[in-house]
Amino acid sequence: MPKITYKDCQGNSKTIEVENGLTVMEGAIQNEIPGIDADCGGSMACATCHVYVEEKWFDKLPKAEDAEVDMIDMAFEPKKNSRLSCQIIVNDELDGLEVTTPKQQT
Amino acid sequence: MKKTDVIIIGAGPVGLFAVHQLGIKGLKAVVIDNLDKAGGQCIELYPDKPIYDIPAIPECTGEQLTTRLLEQIKPFKTELFLNERVDEVRQEKENWVVKTNNNKEFSAPNIIIAGGVGSFEPRKISLKYAEKLEGKSVFYAVRNKEQFKNKKISICGGGDSALDWALELSKFSKITLIHRRNEFRGAQHTLSEIRKLEKEGKVSIKTPCQIESLDNENELKSITVKFDDGKTEKISTDVILGFFGLIMKLGPIAEWGLNMDKKTIEVNSKNFETNKKGIFAAGDICSYPGKLKLILSGFHEVALASVECFKRARPNEKYRFEFTTSSKTIQDRLGKK
Repeated sequence: MPKITYKDCQGNSKTIEVENGLTVMEGAIQNEIPGIDADCGGSMACATCHVYVEEKWFDKLPKAEDAEVDMIDMAFEPKKNSRLSCQIIVNDELDGLEVTTPKQQT
Repeated sequence: MKKTDVIIIGAGPVGLFAVHQLGIKGLKAVVIDNLDKAGGQCIELYPDKPIYDIPAIPECTGEQLTTRLLEQIKPFKTELFLNERVDEVRQEKENWVVKTNNNKEFSAPNIIIAGGVGSFEPRKISLKYAEKLEGKSVFYAVRNKEQFKNKKISICGGGDSALDWALELSKFSKITLIHRRNEFRGAQHTLSEIRKLEKEGKVSIKTPCQIESLDNENELKSITVKFDDGKTEKISTDVILGFFGLIMKLGPIAEWGLNMDKKTIEVNSKNFETNKKGIFAAGDICSYPGKLKLILSGFHEVALASVECFKRARPNEKYRFEFTTSSKTIQDRLGKK
C-alpha cells in the first residue's frame, strides 16, 4: 500500500499506509491525522482539507480542475502548491507523497 | 421575548423539514439562521450541484431542494429569522430561552439544533493588526456603501463579491483589486467591465499576489502585497474589503453544556434529544452510533424529535400518530379541503 506522509506546520510528521483509491483526505480522517477537517465530507464544497504538496510531488499529481482551484481561493493562506486533499486519489505512483497541513483550516 | 413551541436553529433542509413535522402536529416554531437566506449548506455550498439521493426525487439541485421545502412548509406560516446567530441558550423554569447576536430573545420548551457544521462566517485576514482594525479599516461585507465613499480601497478576492463591489465602489472611490492568482472565478462580464476600468485607470488590478502586511496599527494608510515572484509593493489603502468566502464555525454551540463529540452533538437515536431535556439535535450536527451525514437521515431525525417536542409542548394532550393521507386534522393544518 502506498505510504503517505502528513506533516504539520511545526514539522511533526506521520507516515501511514493509505489504500489505493482512497483520497489523501480520507486517509487522514480514517487515521485521525489532525489538521485536516474536511467539513463537507469530500464534495469539494469547502476548503478545510487544504494541504500544501511538496514541490517534487505537486507536478506529478493530475492537474486540479477549475472548481478545485476556485475553492482553494477560500482556503486559509493558499500558496502555489495548495491542493484540496479530497481531490488527490491515492495510487501506487503516489507512494511516498508528502503533504503539509496549514496552520489552521478555518 | 417571543414565545413559541419549538425554536429551530438552522434553516438548512433539516431545519425546514422540522417545521413541517412540527406543523402537522399542530406545533408552532421559529427558525433562526446566521445566513441571509434559507437553505444552509445546500444554498451556500452547492446551490447548482445536483443531489441524487433524496427519496422519490431522482435529481435536484441544492437550490431546488430548498425552494421545494419552503413551498412545503408555507401552510404553517413560520417566521424565519435570518442574519441572526444564536449566541446564548439558558433555562428559565420549564422553558429554554435563546438569545441572538442582535439581542432578539425567544422562549420555548424545545430547541431543535439543525446547525450543520455550525454557522457560516466570513473568512478573515489573519495578519497582524487585522483584528484590531476590523470595523474601522478592515471589512468583510458592505452594509452601507456610503462609508466607502472617496476612499482608497483594496478589495481582496476573486469571486463575485470581490468583482461586484470593485465595480460598484469604483464609481466613487479608488479601487485596487488584489487576488492570489491571475484567474478570477466571478462572472466574466463583470470582469470585462473591470478590465475596461483598469484601462481607464479607475481600477488597479494586482495579481498574482497576497497581502503581506497591514502597515499601520491604528489608522490604516497602506498595505504591502507580495507577488508570487517574491516582489513586494506598497499600496496606499484606507480600507480593506476581504472576500475570501465563508467558513463554517461551530461557534457558541460548543458552550451550551451539551455533550459533544468533536464538532458534533451527541444524541440518543430514539428521539434525538441531547443530554439536556428539550434540546434536540438533527442533521449533520448530531452524532449517534451509525450516523450517516445524509439529508434524508436528517429528515428522519426531525420526524422523531418532533414527537418528543409535542409531548413537552402539550403535556396535557395525548400524542396521536396520524397519516397525512387520512388525517382530517393534518389536512386542515396543510390548508387542504
